Amino acid sequence: MAFLKRSPWILHYDASSCNGCDIEVLACLTPLYDVERFGIINTGNPKHADILLITGGINAQNREVVKNIYEQIPEPKVVIAVGACAATGGVFRECYNIVGGIDKVIPVDVYVPGCAARPEQIIDGVVTALSILEEKRAKMTGAARMKDEVRHAEQAGEST
Amino acid sequence: MTWTWLIGAVLFLILAPLAGGLIAGIDRKITARMQGRVGPPLLQPFYDVGKLFEKESVVVTTAQNFYILAYLIFIALSGALFFAGGDLLLVVFAFTLAHVFLVLGAYAVHSPYSHIGAERELIQLMAYEPMIILAVVGFYMVTNSFLVADIAVASVPLILYLPGVFLGFVTILTIKLRKSPFDISTSHHAHQEIVKGITTEFSGSTLAQVEIAHWYENIFLLGFIYLFFAWNPAIGIVAIVVTYLAEIFVDNVTARVRWQAALKSGWLAAVLGIVNLTILAYILGYMMTGGA
Repeated sequence: MAFLKRSPWILHYDASSCNGCDIEVLACLTPLYDVERFGIINTGNPKHADILLITGGINAQNREVVKNIYEQIPEPKVVIAVGACAATGGVFRECYNIVGGIDKVIPVDVYVPGCAARPEQIIDGVVTALSILEEKRAKMTGAARMKDEVRHAEQAGEST
Repeated sequence: MTWTWLIGAVLFLILAPLAGGLIAGIDRKITARMQGRVGPPLLQPFYDVGKLFEKESVVVTTAQNFYILAYLIFIALSGALFFAGGDLLLVVFAFTLAHVFLVLGAYAVHSPYSHIGAERELIQLMAYEPMIILAVVGFYMVTNSFLVADIAVASVPLILYLPGVFLGFVTILTIKLRKSPFDISTSHHAHQEIVKGITTEFSGSTLAQVEIAHWYENIFLLGFIYLFFAWNPAIGIVAIVVTYLAEIFVDNVTARVRWQAALKSGWLAAVLGIVNLTILAYILGYMMTGGA
């Protein structure tokens, strides 16, 4: 069943962004774009989230925070890096405190370009992420089933 | 005749999650329209719960899953007892016990957000419990029975005897439905405040159980509303619809209050109920003595 694609809950984290992309992310929730049409909910709790949506280039201080949040999200999960800074560090790339891109810290599945990224692009990024999320879920259940089969085979081997 | 009570209970156990989920879907749709949005599909709550069952199970303490399962079972049990026409006092006590399990589940983990949510849930319990008991007492004073089966077939319009109790009950219904201005324990729409309050540490299938328990609970509460209008089923159903729409409206036009205000509102509702019952006791006593 593909319930996951119909009910993606998003955790939005600002990893030292200039706030431009964050405003665009929140614009997606307004009546004009209304992402709840797709069952998307903006949650504040990593344990309830399916998609981690990060803006900004990550600095030395929130590096651990990003890792921590990522680890708290239950599988299957995807990460969307929104904006130029999240992809490469953007205009802040040369700053002494900027790590330079989300993928330097955690694995990223979708990059949304733009400075700031437009709401349409962000929604497009989320929709792209949904198919990746579904792929991961299929892989996860497949892996669980294989594990079960192996265990059953072992048990059968022991009993004979 | 002896088996009819079982039919009510079984029907509740099977149909309540379906009806509860559907009502939640309608609720979200109407809320979206009130905010000028299109809103999610009608079946969105079912997609959400289905999704939660697909997720990885992240458990901090195994005890939390046990408490949440107990919460679900006792909510379902109290609702089943209600629809089986059972004793209302027993129903209310099972209902309270269910919420105690929810609070224990939230206390079983070590997250401060979860603990704040649990504390607020206890405050909510204190706020609404007196009013629920008063409503039950009111039903007894009019119908001379605690059995839902007797109250539901009462030929007198209970709402005319218990208008204050009804208003008080509708006030605490806002707390029970976890709607603004009293959504203090789950922080439903304001995740920046205490993350997700009491449900912070529940994820995957455990969170799905909390959600299903909430559907059961809502159907039970709407059944409770029906009892006030039971002498005429058509009016009863209209009353349920109007009450629920009013709750959605209040949810959308009010801001969340502090826990002190929630507690005061709950007890103010109880005072309204007590005044109603006092006047009722006086009138009933007057009628019994034949006006002498």
